[in-house]
Amino acid sequence: MTSIGLPFTKHTLANGLDVIVHESRQVPVVAVNIWYHVGSKNERPGRTGFAHLFEHLMFEGSEHHPAGYFPPLQQAGALLNGSTNTDRTNYWEVVPTSAIDLALWMESDRMGYLLPAVTPERFETQRDVVLNERRQNYENRPYGMAMMAISATLYPPEHPYHWMTIGASEDLRAMRLDDVQAFFRTYYHPANASLALAGDIETARAFDLAEQYFGELAPGPKPERVRASGSLTREHRLLLEDRIELPRVYMAWHSPPMFADGDAEMDLLADLLANGKTSRLYRTLVYERRIAVDVSAYQGSRELASYFLIAATAAPGQSLTDIASAIDAELQIVIDKGPSPAEMQRAAAQIEAHFLYRLQTVGGFGGKSDQLNAYNTYCGDPAYFSRDVARYQEATEERVRAAAARLLRFDARVLLSVVPHGREALALAGSDRIAVS
Amino acid sequence: MAIDRSRPPGVGADPAFRFPSIVRHSLSNGLDLRTVEHRAVPVVTIVVQVEGGSGADPSHQEGLAAITADMVDEGTGSLSAIDVSDAIARLGAEYDVDVGADVTTFSLTTLARFAERGMSLLADLVIRPSLREADFQRVRQLRLDRLRQLKDVAPAVAERAFLRLVYGEHPYGHLAIGTDSALRSLTVDDVAGFHLGRFVPLQSTVIVAGDMTHEEMRALAERVFGGWEDRPVPVAWGRASEIEPAQDAGVRLALVPREGAAQSELRIGHLSARRNTPDYPALLVMNSVLGGQFVSRVNLKLREEKGFTYGARTGFDWRRGRAPFSLSASVHTAATAEAIQDAHAELEGLRGSRPVISTELALAKASLTRGYPRNFETAGQVARGVAQLALYGLPDTYFQEFVPKVNAVSGDDVTRVAAAYLDPSRLTTLVVGDHQAVIDSLSRLFGNPVLMSPEV
Repeated sequence: MTSIGLPFTKHTLANGLDVIVHESRQVPVVAVNIWYHVGSKNERPGRTGFAHLFEHLMFEGSEHHPAGYFPPLQQAGALLNGSTNTDRTNYWEVVPTSAIDLALWMESDRMGYLLPAVTPERFETQRDVVLNERRQNYENRPYGMAMMAISATLYPPEHPYHWMTIGASEDLRAMRLDDVQAFFRTYYHPANASLALAGDIETARAFDLAEQYFGELAPGPKPERVRASGSLTREHRLLLEDRIELPRVYMAWHSPPMFADGDAEMDLLADLLANGKTSRLYRTLVYERRIAVDVSAYQGSRELASYFLIAATAAPGQSLTDIASAIDAELQIVIDKGPSPAEMQRAAAQIEAHFLYRLQTVGGFGGKSDQLNAYNTYCGDPAYFSRDVARYQEATEERVRAAAARLLRFDARVLLSVVPHGREALALAGSDRIAVS
Repeated sequence: MAIDRSRPPGVGADPAFRFPSIVRHSLSNGLDLRTVEHRAVPVVTIVVQVEGGSGADPSHQEGLAAITADMVDEGTGSLSAIDVSDAIARLGAEYDVDVGADVTTFSLTTLARFAERGMSLLADLVIRPSLREADFQRVRQLRLDRLRQLKDVAPAVAERAFLRLVYGEHPYGHLAIGTDSALRSLTVDDVAGFHLGRFVPLQSTVIVAGDMTHEEMRALAERVFGGWEDRPVPVAWGRASEIEPAQDAGVRLALVPREGAAQSELRIGHLSARRNTPDYPALLVMNSVLGGQFVSRVNLKLREEKGFTYGARTGFDWRRGRAPFSLSASVHTAATAEAIQDAHAELEGLRGSRPVISTELALAKASLTRGYPRNFETAGQVARGVAQLALYGLPDTYFQEFVPKVNAVSGDDVTRVAAAYLDPSRLTTLVVGDHQAVIDSLSRLFGNPVLMSPEV
C-alpha cells in the first residue's frame, strides 16, 4: 500500500473564519478555495433556485471593485469558477504564486462588501442567464427532467431536497433584489465560511495573508442547522414523457447521509453493480442479455440524506419491465449473498488508487483545497481525509451486504419510467404521470 | 493593519517554472518513445498514440477508426472483454481512448508500482486485440443505439451537422462515431484490416510520464513494446490532412428542426487555419479576445450584457489539416435571430471596425501565459501534452517557448490574422432549434435556411 495523506494546518480567525493551509510546491500556483455552508437546502418553497442565482451575483463585482469579478483575475492568469449544490456553495481560483494577494483581496471583498455592487440590472441579467442555464442543462437535454421528478417524490414538499438546486422557473422569475440582501447577511460571512489555501505558499505566510484580508470582516450569526426528514412507505411508480428515442428506468431509494454508517458501503455497492464491464448489472443487462444499452448506479451522498440511484436505458425493442426485473434479481442476489472476495479485492485496489489520484491537483473542483474544505465544512475537521480512506478500507463483504439488505427495499422506492412522447404504454405497469417543468 | 481597498493589489513578476524535460528514445523496433519524469505523486500515465483517427475512415466506412479503437479493450489473448475490465480495475487504473481527427490515443493511468503490469496490459490490448465477431456485433449495436440517442442531444446534432456543412465530402466531414449506414455495412474483417494497416510501431508514439526515472521508463517500454513487430502498411495511406478541403462551404444558413426546443443550439464559423501555422500564437490571442475565455467579446455580449445564454465561446477545432473556427452557444429560442446578429457583428468587428485594443490584448495574453504552468500538475496532463507535440510535429522545447511566443504577439498581429483567417462572407450559420418559432425572424434577416435532418 502506498501511504496516502493530505497534511494541513488549520486556524480559526477571531471572526470565525476557518483557514486551512496545505503546502505543495511542485508548480508555482496557489489554489484559493472558499466554501460557504449554504445551498439550496437553505431555501424555502416559492423561492427555490435562490442560492445558485446568488452564486452568479458573486461574480458581478463588489463594493471596492464594482466591475466584474473575472477581468482582474484573468489578467493575472487565474482559472476560476464556483458551484452550488444542495448543501454548500464553493468558489475557487487557481492563481500564479505572484497573484495570491489579488485573489485574497477579491475573495475577501465579495465576502465582506458584496451588496453595494448588486444593481437591479445585474440581478435581472443573471436571472436570465440562470434561466438559460436551466434550459440548456435540464429542459433541452434528454432525460434532463428525471431527477426533478425523482427528488419531488423521494422527499415531501417541505423537505429542501424536494426541489433541485437550479430551482423552479416561476420562483426564479418571482425573486426580488430584497431577497438578495437578506440572504447575503444570513449566509455570507466569515463564521459560515471556510477558506483553504493549497499549493506554492509557505504556511506562516498563508495565515498572515488570510488574517490581513479577512480578519477585518465582521462575523455574523452561525445559521441554524437545517433539519428535515422524509421516508418512503411504499413503492412509487412514475411516468415522464420526453424527447428521447430509448426509454429509461430509474430506481431511487433513501440512503444514509454523507459520512454516516452505510454511506461508504453504498458507494462501494454502486461500483460493484455498475462500474465497468465487469460490474454485475453491466454484465447482465448490457453484455450478456443485451436488453439495455447502458446502466449506472450512484450513491448521491448529501448532508441531510442521501439517495441511491440506478438507471438503465432500454435497448431498442426491449421492455423496461424486463430490465427492472433483471435489476431486481441482481439486487436480490447481492442482498442474499453479498459481494464476492474477488469484488472486494478489486474495490480495495480502486480505493487506494482513487484517493491517490485525488492528491494530484491543488485546486479546482475536487482538488486538494476543495477536499480540505469539504471535510472541514461537513465534519468540522480537514483531517477527516484519513478517516474517509479508512471507512472504505474497513467496509467488509458482510457490511456491504447488510447495507444493501437494509436499504434497497422493493416496497419503499421510486421507480421512474422516462418514455418517448406518446408512448406511455412503454412505462412500467401502474405508473402515474408526473408533471415537472 | 487595515488593508487598502481603494483598488485591487497588483501582481508581481511571473514565478519561474521548469517545464517538463522530454527525453526521446528509439526502441529496438524503431518505436518512438518519449519519457518525462514527474514525481509529485506515485502515479504513472502511459499513452500510445496511433496514426489514424476519424479522418482515416474510408469513404462509406465512417466510424471505422472509432469502432476499431472501441474493440481494443474487448479482449486480448485468453482475456475476454470482462477479464480486461477486471484486470484494469485490479490495477486501480483509469483507461481512456480518444479518437481524434488524425490520431487515436490510448492512455492508462495507474499507481507507479503497477507500471509494468499496466503497460503490459495496455500493450497487449493495442497490439494484440482479439477482435472477435461476437464482441464486434455487440459493440457495433451499442454504437448504433448511441447514434440513435444522439439525435436528441442538441450539441451533438450541431457538431455533426456543422462538420458536414464546412467539410462536405472531405474525410474530416463526420463525427468519429460515424453514420448509421456506414456502421451497418462494417464487418469485423474491416476492423481487423484497419488495425493491421494502422497499428504499427513505426507510425505510433509511446509516451510515459510519472514517478520513475527516464531509464526505468525506457527499459520497461523496451521490454513491453520492443517486441512489437513492424510490418509494411498494406496501401500507401493518404492522410486526411493532405487533402485540401473546399474553402467555402457555400451554405450561409442551415436549420435542423427541433420542435418545441427551449433553446437554439448555434454554430457559426468556417474553415480557417492549420495547427502548425506560424500564426498559431497570434490566433490563440485573437480567439481569446473574441470568445476563448469568460472575459471575451462574445461572452460579454451574449451572456453578461444580453442574458441570452448560459455561455458563448469561440474556438478552433484543431487538427493537422485546415481546422474549423466557430462560435458556439445555446441561446433562448426567442433570442435566436438577435443572438446570431450580435455574433456576426463581433466576428466582423475584430477584423476591422473594432480592432483589438491594448487592454484586451494585455488581458488575452496574460490569461494565456501567466497560468500556463498549471497545465503541468499531473502525470496525465504532462503525458497528454507531450502526445500533442508528437501529433503536430512540434519541438521538445515547445513548452518553454510558448510564453515568450504569445507575449510577442502585437495588436497588429491580431488584426492581421483576424483579416487573414476570419471571413464574414464565408460564415456558415447553423441553428438546431424550433423551426416554427425561429423561421420568420431568421428568414427576414438571413434568407431561407437549408433544412437538414438530425442524422445529416
